[in-house]
Amino acid sequence: MLRASLRQVSAALKEGRVTPTELCQRCLAVIKSTKFLNAYITVTEETALKQAEESEERYKRGQPLGILDGIPIAVKDNFNTAGIETTCASNMLKGYISPYNATVVQKLLDHGAVLLGKTNLDEFAMGALGSDTGGSTRNPAAHCGVVGLKPTYGLISRHGLIPLVNSMDVPGILTRCVDDAAVLLGSLAGHDPKDSTTIQDDFKPFELPNLTDVSKLSIGIPKEYHAPGLSSEILALWSKAADLFKNAGAKVVEVSLPHTCYSIVCYHVLCTAEVASNMARFDGLEYGHRSDTKDSTESMYAATRREGFNDVVRGRILSGNYFLLKQNYEKYFVKAQKVRRLIANDFVKVFRSGVDVLLTPTTLNDAAPYTEFIQEDNRTRSAQDDILTQAANMAGLPAINVPTALSERGLPVGLQFIGRSFQEKQLLTVAKWFEKQVQFPVIQLEEVKRHDSGVFQHEKSASFS
Amino acid sequence: MAAVVAVAARGLAPWIPVVGLEIHAQISSNSKLFSGSQVQFAAPPNSLVSFFDASLPGTLPVLNRRCVEAAVMTGLALNCSINKKSLFDRKHYFYADLPAGYQITQQRVPIAVNGSLSYTLCIDNKMSQMVTKTVRIKQIQLEQDSGKSLHDDTRCQTLVDLNRAGVGLMEVVMEPDMCCGEEAAAAVRELQLILQTLGSSQAVMAEGQLRVDANVSVHHPGEPYGVRTEVKNINSIRFLAKAVDYEIQRQIEELENGGTILNETRAFDSKLGFMPEPNLPPLILYDAKSLPANMNHQQVINIDWIHERLPDLPSVKREKLVEQYGILPEHSFTLLNEDGLAEFFESVVKQTQMKPKKAIGWILNDLLSYLKQHSLTVKESPVSSSLLADLLNLLEKKEISSTAAKQVLAELWKGEGKTPLEIVKEQKLELLQDQKELEQICQAVIDGQENEVMAIKAGNRKVLNKLIGLVQRNTQGRSNPVLVKQLLEKKLSE
Repeated sequence: MLRASLRQVSAALKEGRVTPTELCQRCLAVIKSTKFLNAYITVTEETALKQAEESEERYKRGQPLGILDGIPIAVKDNFNTAGIETTCASNMLKGYISPYNATVVQKLLDHGAVLLGKTNLDEFAMGALGSDTGGSTRNPAAHCGVVGLKPTYGLISRHGLIPLVNSMDVPGILTRCVDDAAVLLGSLAGHDPKDSTTIQDDFKPFELPNLTDVSKLSIGIPKEYHAPGLSSEILALWSKAADLFKNAGAKVVEVSLPHTCYSIVCYHVLCTAEVASNMARFDGLEYGHRSDTKDSTESMYAATRREGFNDVVRGRILSGNYFLLKQNYEKYFVKAQKVRRLIANDFVKVFRSGVDVLLTPTTLNDAAPYTEFIQEDNRTRSAQDDILTQAANMAGLPAINVPTALSERGLPVGLQFIGRSFQEKQLLTVAKWFEKQVQFPVIQLEEVKRHDSGVFQHEKSASFS
Repeated sequence: MAAVVAVAARGLAPWIPVVGLEIHAQISSNSKLFSGSQVQFAAPPNSLVSFFDASLPGTLPVLNRRCVEAAVMTGLALNCSINKKSLFDRKHYFYADLPAGYQITQQRVPIAVNGSLSYTLCIDNKMSQMVTKTVRIKQIQLEQDSGKSLHDDTRCQTLVDLNRAGVGLMEVVMEPDMCCGEEAAAAVRELQLILQTLGSSQAVMAEGQLRVDANVSVHHPGEPYGVRTEVKNINSIRFLAKAVDYEIQRQIEELENGGTILNETRAFDSKLGFMPEPNLPPLILYDAKSLPANMNHQQVINIDWIHERLPDLPSVKREKLVEQYGILPEHSFTLLNEDGLAEFFESVVKQTQMKPKKAIGWILNDLLSYLKQHSLTVKESPVSSSLLADLLNLLEKKEISSTAAKQVLAELWKGEGKTPLEIVKEQKLELLQDQKELEQICQAVIDGQENEVMAIKAGNRKVLNKLIGLVQRNTQGRSNPVLVKQLLEKKLSE
């Protein structure tokens, strides 16, 4: 059951083959048994069970709120959840209880979803809400073998999402399959009067067609995404994927996004500047951590921020402030904005030339082991991780990671599709076709296997051939 | 055109003072600039604070339409160009009353630019000599107000009230075209009247709805402008004039003593520049030409639509009063300077046969001085417009003399609910209507003042007034002095 898609689970709930409470309890059990992974910052066991109960009542009355009713959901800990601790995994907000729900959280709850807790990263639950500023939904999705969707900027409300970079952040969706991502998108997208950066136009939820004929499709392969450090494994996979489309009759063309090489530096300037600005509110006065220092307001600020923020955050704030200094503003910030425009225009030109969707790797490698991971400093690491994903954030475009195959180490590897602005339907349709071709094995944890009720057949664990 | 302040005593080169103003006007709106919390003066601390105002993480600004309309109205009234596209920025600094660590303002492209304001000054305090001056308006920008902080030194704590944090402000920047405190005060006063007429701000300085910072410098003619200092925390127009003049004097003395002027920047004036506000798209305004056909007028702001509905500005109102009622320009000035006085005047004129040119004297001299003496506003006047009109009618119909009318007014002022007619009867103030009786009294006076009669007949006309005065006394002031004069003259010429 825990390996099934959202639609399958929803059907099972409707037919009574499993109850929301059972489902919820099973998820909670997995969370408990995987506690060592530190995936959850807060597990909301009590409220989850209560929500599950309420969902069950609705199913009994034959009045479920929709396909998401009773579905367990986890939400990244930078989304505000009323009455529940929201920490952004920072000391600064340790113990901070949000007084309101982010719009996307509210929408999920209004649809009857069961909130399991707040996560450190994306999670094994049926659906998860992440956020994506430079790739932080797609990246983990690729490493964990799940679907990670970054919608077009402005499609989903950011109200209640604690911002990193306001002009690039979007709520991200993590699911087992592309269809599920479309379902979640349908309940989350649309104008929010509380977020002035959401588009005004009506959003119509869609069902994804089962594409059979790709002959009218044009897939672009941006050559600059053959980036330094790209593993040969992934390069080969990317190439295979391109062939897959070609053999099925699609037009596959090499394209160029010439300003890709500037995106890391550009992103760094804009990101740190916005971070510095966004973090200015953490002064210990209104909420969050406050230092015990009593000498003066200024010393309280300094101590609070030193105690509340870790080195990485402080480093970014200092960089950002540097770029925002009056004498540096034109040189760095404004320049970076201009470069950002160039990067965005690269995509515009390519899409205008007839390309429907771009196909690229999502990550340079499969997931690094912990010992390797902790060696490089944060800046280098995030620069490397983000290089294939951040341009989509800078251009505001929708992008999705589709799990493709297992690496030689047996770890998941995914490929990324980047689509046109607000053309999520087309993007997901192509992604769904690809997903069907590659038949990526469903993630199984040993513990999950033990709890399996046998309702579903074991999936074929084929590697992509 | 700057006035030149001569420094007579030392015979040194004259100084030209230069004054510019930065005025923050609180927008009169139900809710704040970017959030739905209420705008209200003197509410319990921290009772009008939304999540956004407190800068809770994850909250976003949503622009208040009414505030934009207020700024457009004000821009139009000040002859500005309204920018059809303006932008919002973040201005960063750390202060207890600024929860987000930045203020949302319009630094790059404000909503209105390049306007002008005309104001009037009296030369040498003579109302009859009025001169009109103009100050250029550099720009008007929308921005957030900050909260309030109080420092409690005894308990080593700072108390923060965020009720005011996020209230909409219009910052009006006036170029340094003024030369002294009087000009600055007159300009601010006119701006205040305009804002109140538009309703875009109540502009009451005592309630912090209008805050003025003055930039002052002095220089010798022909030389570049001097270092400027900022005069802040001005809470009344009168104090503005004094503070500006004081600063001008201080700078002159400092410079003449060989000192220099220091530009004291604010303690928290950070070196950080601005950053575009990423959560607010550019503010787009339309006019009749650019308005898209299918757009609902509720969804957009149409500058022309607002322009058509602007009320008469004070300068126009004054002109109309002069034209319509034949009063003097300085009269209309005073009428508009007192809240509600123009309406009172017009109401009186409607209800009386007395000519407005004559009635105005009663309004400006008698009524207004009573109000001032008792520190009352026109609204609080115990004498209503109809009561005054009744009184003026009695005077006009020559049923009482003007001396008697003043007496009646004094009685009316007590606010005991009596009508003018009742008071006249009570105090027996009616003018003698019996011509014969009056003639007899005049004759009696003439008969009793032989010396004076001789003087008058010899050519000293002034002495006639003494006779008139005696007649008045004999009639307990109930004789019409004009008529008495006529009668006396007639008799004396016989």
